[in-house]
Amino acid sequence: MSYFRAENLSLHFGGLKAVDAVSFAVEKGEILSIIGPNGAGKSSIFNLISRIYRPTSGRIFFEDQDITEQPPYDIAKLGIARTFQNIELFENATVLSNLLVGRHRHSTTQLWQELLFLPSVRANEKVHRRRVEQVIEFLDLEPYRDKLISGLPYGVRKVIELARALCSEPKLILLDEPSSGLNVEETDDMSFWIRDMKSELGITVLMVEHDMTLVNRVSDRVIALNYGRVLAMGSPAEVQQHPDVVAAYLGA
Amino acid sequence: MRFLFKTDYEDDIRLFPHSGYAVSYGLLIAVLLIAPYVLSSYLMSQLVFVCIYATVGVALLILTGFTGQASLGHAAFLAIGAYTAAYLQKYNVPFPIYFLAAGALTGLIGALVGFPALRLQGIYLVIATISFAFIVEEILARWESVTNGNEGMRIKTLSLFGVAVPRDSPMFYFLCLGVLVLTIVGTLNLLRSPTGRAFVAIRDSETAARSMGVNVALYKVKSFAISAAITGFAGVLFAHKLSFISPEMFTLQLSIEFIIVILIGGTFSLHGAVLGAIFIVMIDPFLTYLKDDMPGIIAGVAATLGAGTETAGNIQSKVAAFASLNGLKGAIYGIIIMLFVLFEPLGLYGRWLKIKLFFQLFPLYKRATFKRQKIYVKSERNR
Repeated sequence: MSYFRAENLSLHFGGLKAVDAVSFAVEKGEILSIIGPNGAGKSSIFNLISRIYRPTSGRIFFEDQDITEQPPYDIAKLGIARTFQNIELFENATVLSNLLVGRHRHSTTQLWQELLFLPSVRANEKVHRRRVEQVIEFLDLEPYRDKLISGLPYGVRKVIELARALCSEPKLILLDEPSSGLNVEETDDMSFWIRDMKSELGITVLMVEHDMTLVNRVSDRVIALNYGRVLAMGSPAEVQQHPDVVAAYLGA
Repeated sequence: MRFLFKTDYEDDIRLFPHSGYAVSYGLLIAVLLIAPYVLSSYLMSQLVFVCIYATVGVALLILTGFTGQASLGHAAFLAIGAYTAAYLQKYNVPFPIYFLAAGALTGLIGALVGFPALRLQGIYLVIATISFAFIVEEILARWESVTNGNEGMRIKTLSLFGVAVPRDSPMFYFLCLGVLVLTIVGTLNLLRSPTGRAFVAIRDSETAARSMGVNVALYKVKSFAISAAITGFAGVLFAHKLSFISPEMFTLQLSIEFIIVILIGGTFSLHGAVLGAIFIVMIDPFLTYLKDDMPGIIAGVAATLGAGTETAGNIQSKVAAFASLNGLKGAIYGIIIMLFVLFEPLGLYGRWLKIKLFFQLFPLYKRATFKRQKIYVKSERNR
């Protein structure tokens, strides 16, 4: 059985088939990239997995558990974290509190304990803080700990979003265009981090990406989509030479 | 200027970042403790109202400032707290019990209001809370067997463990101050725990909060319940302070006053609730002063400028007529809100921080430090 599996996943908006009977599987510990022209349904697949949309039909399995009907907040509790294409950070909070929200799925304290800030809450906070610090170190975010998000440049925000997802200690991470808007060096950093996430932290990565250099460098396998359908699946080189993929990008 | 060197995770958690805070807040508490033995009874009474309004302000900050859910229904929560106290007092329930009962009942009703509010955003939520407030007002006026209808209810002197605490005694002031301080400390504790961070997350991006595992619906309801419960506690004190309550005290205008408290104080910090409360309590006597003395002063000025006695008298009566116009107070409140939103969106506390920074950086302060500018605009958001 595969680690993560989508079976005949469809999402229809009226007559528009944004995602049309897509099936794929992600193996534990691999980096799988989804590519495709604009409007191919890549981000829609992510939004289906994190339950922002409800699939028209099809099922999603994670660790042999059917998660199609889980409420959206439970998806994170299962160990699936994600980033967004158009950064969704908590703008008027500090970097540190943004990252601590990433720890939310690990919080165990009750409201009344928090009102009194009992020693157990304090101890938990320190554990959260230590984990957050590990992520800060991993992604070189030390200069920004107490900065407000609203004052930070785009490239840093992108990394902070990745950091927030990592803070939840996910088993599977969904990266929605991690390199969009980044310059060449920042994209390089991103590719190292993605590979380190796999090798050092043992996280399985599912990623939507347009930058083929990054895709080639990090992916174990690639899926190409167009008009909501799978065109090709395989190693990066195979997919790029697939005639349907070439046609989709360059026109027939 | 002081630089903080953090050497321990504890440094990010503690309430006072450095010893300077402990000293200044200690001094403030000391001043507040000796206040009743120094100030006139009129000012003391105003100070009690500041405490009560600030408590409601903190409650509203939790809901509006930190969870991002606007409410124009807090007068109704205050009314429910006040009437619960008045009703239970009739049956000789002791103060600690009806105090807690009022908070619990208001919190429960707050949660019930929270459920329909889950589907509403922005202006629609404001309308929903206004209609809730009208419903409560109407119920208070009609349910005569419990609330005594429009005749209102009288509240007996507060008795705490057999000791009478009159509403103008120092003891009553200490009680209100204690409730305020406990509310503030509890709220600060909440804000440095997962629940408080979840509130802020919901305010800034519900989609992201959800994808981080925050049960948005549950936390919104929690926020409504906590905010309502605190307002309920304040309602009990409010009822005791006024010693008489009737439905027309808890109108939309009172809800708007609470919104003014946080808007003018500053919606990003609990300091704002206290500063805003001082502002709103002190503006009333100020307006009364203007109303009483302004016509005379303007007429005097006109007379010195060479106007005849008759013209000056005319001016005086015209100004007096204007000053006693119906709804003038509401209009002034409206103007104040607009001016603050336009020119000082961070409120009085924001202004205070700017002044503080000016002196910390003294010769090097740059005028553009707080210039507002759009740095980055979101193109598309998942709602």
